[in-house]
Amino acid sequence: MTLPTWLALLVALALAGAAARAVRRRFFRHPTATWGVGILAFFAIVAVAAPLVAPFDPREQLDIIRLKNQPPSWTYMLGTDVYSRDLWSRVVFGARVSLVVGGLGTLVAVTLGATVGAVAGYYRRWADAVLMRGVDVGLALPRIFVLLMAIALWDRLSLPVLVLTIGLTSWFGTSRLVRAEVLSLRERDFVAAARALGAGPARVILRHVLPNAAAPIIVSATLGIGNVLLLEAGLSFLGIGVAPPTASWGSMIADGAPTLATAPWTTLFPGLAIALVVMALNAVGDGLRDALDPRREDT
Amino acid sequence: MTEPLLRVRDLKTYFVTERGSGTARAVDGVSFDLYPGETLGLVGESGCGKTVTSLSILRLIPEPPGHIRAGSVIEFDGRNLLALAAPDLRAIRGNQIAMIFQEPMTSLNPVFTVGDQIAEAAVIHQRLARKAARARAIEMLTLVGIPDPEERVDHYPHQLSGGMRQRVMIAMALVCGPKVLIADEPTTALDVTIQAQILELLDRLQQELGMAVLLITHDLGVVAGQADRVVVMYAGQVVETAPTAALFDRPLHPYTEGLMAAVPRIDAPRSRLVAIPGQVPAATAWPSGCRFHPRCPYAWAKCTLEEPPLLDDGSTGHAARCWLLQEPARRTRA
Repeated sequence: MTLPTWLALLVALALAGAAARAVRRRFFRHPTATWGVGILAFFAIVAVAAPLVAPFDPREQLDIIRLKNQPPSWTYMLGTDVYSRDLWSRVVFGARVSLVVGGLGTLVAVTLGATVGAVAGYYRRWADAVLMRGVDVGLALPRIFVLLMAIALWDRLSLPVLVLTIGLTSWFGTSRLVRAEVLSLRERDFVAAARALGAGPARVILRHVLPNAAAPIIVSATLGIGNVLLLEAGLSFLGIGVAPPTASWGSMIADGAPTLATAPWTTLFPGLAIALVVMALNAVGDGLRDALDPRREDT
Repeated sequence: MTEPLLRVRDLKTYFVTERGSGTARAVDGVSFDLYPGETLGLVGESGCGKTVTSLSILRLIPEPPGHIRAGSVIEFDGRNLLALAAPDLRAIRGNQIAMIFQEPMTSLNPVFTVGDQIAEAAVIHQRLARKAARARAIEMLTLVGIPDPEERVDHYPHQLSGGMRQRVMIAMALVCGPKVLIADEPTTALDVTIQAQILELLDRLQQELGMAVLLITHDLGVVAGQADRVVVMYAGQVVETAPTAALFDRPLHPYTEGLMAAVPRIDAPRSRLVAIPGQVPAATAWPSGCRFHPRCPYAWAKCTLEEPPLLDDGSTGHAARCWLLQEPARRTRA
């Protein structure tokens, strides 16, 4: 984990925290969203405090003969894997990798997607034509193929490169979504009113158009994090994601897959972690969408 | 006479329709002057080019499909707005020339508080800081007569009634103290009692702030009550222009005459309302000669062939685009 990635994560959290009080109040009125935040907070705290929470070194092979594929017990809370490593420690340290890859990858993707979509939808004409044909090309290229090319170039992906590659290959759908939303928003009266007040294109897009498109962007972002988590899992499963012996939830599932029948806990727990986070994100996305729409206040 | 603040000369705004079915000449050679401090009423029925004229002044016509033809002049304070670069134009929008839109329901951004939106122009043009902007918004809310401004400033548009939203729109437009206010049907979407309140408010603010108002409406009653001078538009052209009293006294153009006749009168016995026969022709194919001739009760051969210019009737500032001014004897119904 490098310093810049932690910094980026902190900035993202600070931005989220700066959201208006009213938004927060509406958000926590949503029962499932509160649960979602609880689950995410649990994983975030566990990830940050990993050295304190994990009883063992996640990379250490404790006893390759006697402690291989042990079921959960008091000493090894979630059991051990095929290399006799403590699963709980690996889930805890894996949360760091998986959450950072998922969060930052999606941040890159959504930022890029929203920017491209807003520019294409607002300016239309040649900007729209050029950008959307580019998106068509991006959607047509299989992502695995692009990632395999990246592997071929750099052998093994470092974490920042992995985050960037995932981010840079998953924004196409978002940009389509945002463009469609912007196309209809730009014709609204309040956009004309803002221009009549002397607002420039940047101000109109950032203040009047994008905030009104927040709902689909947020929904696509929360779903996107889940997708990126699964993509990272898939890449690790294929052996081109995070380098072993570093733990990530995806690579843990990959390691455990061959013994699924005899030692199901090796895949169950990282899989459960992914499922929980994805569900929590969906709940949070739902809550955010409602909270960001001031019209929901009265109902 | 003082210099006009806003001089519109030969404004032509055309729209290229899709699939090349022709060019809609929505505004076709409109000229008028707006003097400091006065209220100029711009009247006409739907589709006659009123709104396009007002949007053209701020250059808010969507391009494409619309464009303002070369040769048009819109001069504000001696500067041709049509020749300004985008940043210079933005410095005028909202600051020197502001606009109130027709629909208070949809002209406010639903995701920001009204305070944010009222202060927006001041933030853009005067670089006001957060606190100052909020104070200014409260001040404006007080000015436009909204009760509890301190509380209302944090409300969202959907929490306000139509009349209050229109007051907010007015506050938004006036926050920088513009010299010209363009009010595009400011009362059309409101019910009658609220209409009267809003018009009174506009009147009071105009007197307090000394701005010129271009009042666009299809409601002759509003014009009679508010405007100093009136410009009547038909089919993308100015058909008559006069001081308000003179216009209502003695409408010169048959179209204006028809409009007046169509207003129900409270002091006359109840009878069927008079209507102008026919419909406004399509902007892609204006009739030849005088554009009103197919609907005009006085039209004769000359009207179908030759387009009349704006003809003065001799009295100050009363002119109409009608051949009757040269041949008054023909003003008898067949």
